Amino acid sequence: MNTQLRRRIASAALIIGFFVAWELLCRMFGIKDIVLPRPSEILITLWIRLPAIMPHAAQTLYATLVGFALGIVFGVLLGALVGSSRLAYDVAYPLLIGFSSIPKVAVVPIFVLWFGAGTVPAVLTAMILCIFPIVVNVATGLATTEPELEDVMRALKASKLDILVNVGLPRAMPYFFASLKVAVTQAFVGTVIAETVASNRGIGNLMMIASSSFDVPLVFAGLLVLAVLGVGLYVIFSFIEVRVTGWALRKDEFALG
Amino acid sequence: MMSTAFDVSFAAVRPAKPTLSSPPEPSHGDAFVKLEKVALTYGRDEHRVHALDATDLSIEKGDFVALVGPSGCGKSTILKLVTGLLHATRGYVFVGGREVGAEPIRVGMAFQNPTLLPWLKLRENVMLPLKIVPPFRQDYRAKRKTEFRDRIEALLEQVGLKGFSDKYPWQLSGGMLQRASLCRALVHEPQLLMLDEPFGALDQFTREELWSIMQSLWMARRPTVLLVTHDLKEATYLANRICVMQARPGRIISESIVSFPRPRTIAMSYDPEFAALTQRLRELIFDTRPSTTEAQQ
Repeated sequence: MNTQLRRRIASAALIIGFFVAWELLCRMFGIKDIVLPRPSEILITLWIRLPAIMPHAAQTLYATLVGFALGIVFGVLLGALVGSSRLAYDVAYPLLIGFSSIPKVAVVPIFVLWFGAGTVPAVLTAMILCIFPIVVNVATGLATTEPELEDVMRALKASKLDILVNVGLPRAMPYFFASLKVAVTQAFVGTVIAETVASNRGIGNLMMIASSSFDVPLVFAGLLVLAVLGVGLYVIFSFIEVRVTGWALRKDEFALG
Repeated sequence: MMSTAFDVSFAAVRPAKPTLSSPPEPSHGDAFVKLEKVALTYGRDEHRVHALDATDLSIEKGDFVALVGPSGCGKSTILKLVTGLLHATRGYVFVGGREVGAEPIRVGMAFQNPTLLPWLKLRENVMLPLKIVPPFRQDYRAKRKTEFRDRIEALLEQVGLKGFSDKYPWQLSGGMLQRASLCRALVHEPQLLMLDEPFGALDQFTREELWSIMQSLWMARRPTVLLVTHDLKEATYLANRICVMQARPGRIISESIVSFPRPRTIAMSYDPEFAALTQRLRELIFDTRPSTTEAQQ
């Protein structure tokens, strides 16, 4: 408990120290706003422009969450399919790797071509960016299920579905949640990319416009908003992870709760 | 009287139809488990391994049979064939009068590792068969918080795990997990109980205690048991009949009837007759090992 508290304090101190050092260095070397604005300026900009930033932040959050949700649904389905048999795993893996190595920025214009600029390409880009880690992790979790655990079920004449629901999926949960933490930040990346390329709303679009008019503090304010949103979602999923997969960490708090 | 206490605790939850706990009718001819010229080979061409070679075995209903032999002699293979986890390359496996898998037989299985699911509490782990196996499956939602729960508490108490049902597997010792694993193998009142070296990884005291528990559980409910072990004392203590197996190719080379009265005690294992039987089994196994010359001396 004590060491945990100390670590938290150290972690908070590092974050504050980072911004203080940034502020001090900018002042010492007289760096101009247009190159690198000071944190204090960014915060002031954020505060003053907040009413203008909020709708954009809401749009980005909305597109990200929808894309993320779709990514989870299709990712888990695909992962279950790929991970449920050795054959499917071996056959589908090369194709998955191929898809995942395509730079996702290159796909955005195609989505725009199909669906027009706006929310849909952002949602889809967020989805395809976050789907890969989910598929791979769920598939790996299922594929590495101990054969003895399956034998227990097979000796009871359990159906494939019974085995998947009672052994495979719970066994894959720690892998799934580990992937969610990566996937949720990836989903943000996807949304912002799409907004930057083809949208008239969202933080990505806001930053594009701000940078083309050399409003650098606003660009950084956008970055700050993205960072806060990303950290927020990460924290939420970490919290759920501990509640659901505490058994994998052998945590006593899990056993009590 | 452990067995009586057990009977009473189960009487309340037992369905009205005839059950397995009552001593079975002595059946003649129709064995409950029957292997006819069963052979099993793994792999292809030069990697081919004859795990089992033309084996015959028949087990009466309610009998307790032990398979002993050197490692790699196909003991576990027989178990898996009878459970339907493996399919014979040649020959036939009959369970309950029909080819394996055709007749819906309830099977309980316990392995050398406890193989409990780490995300479930002990109670939920033991309850798993009730969630899967008919006819319990149909009532699972309705009874899991009442009847089934009481039944599992009673069973856990029977093996000395009272008060541990809310623990997770990783909070318990190996011996406790193995006890729970036995409970899981028995909870759905299996007609056929498969034990694959379930006491192999335990210390001497725990092992002997579990033998005694196993014996009273068997005497109370009389499932047909097939026990795989490499512990001859264990086989002699628990089984009615011991089949000695040979390795490469695996086959049964001798069968011994164990006629000590039940309930058997650990003290009995120091009886000269008991010792003579285990000694004879030991010689049989040593004789079959091709490369051991010191065994003859």
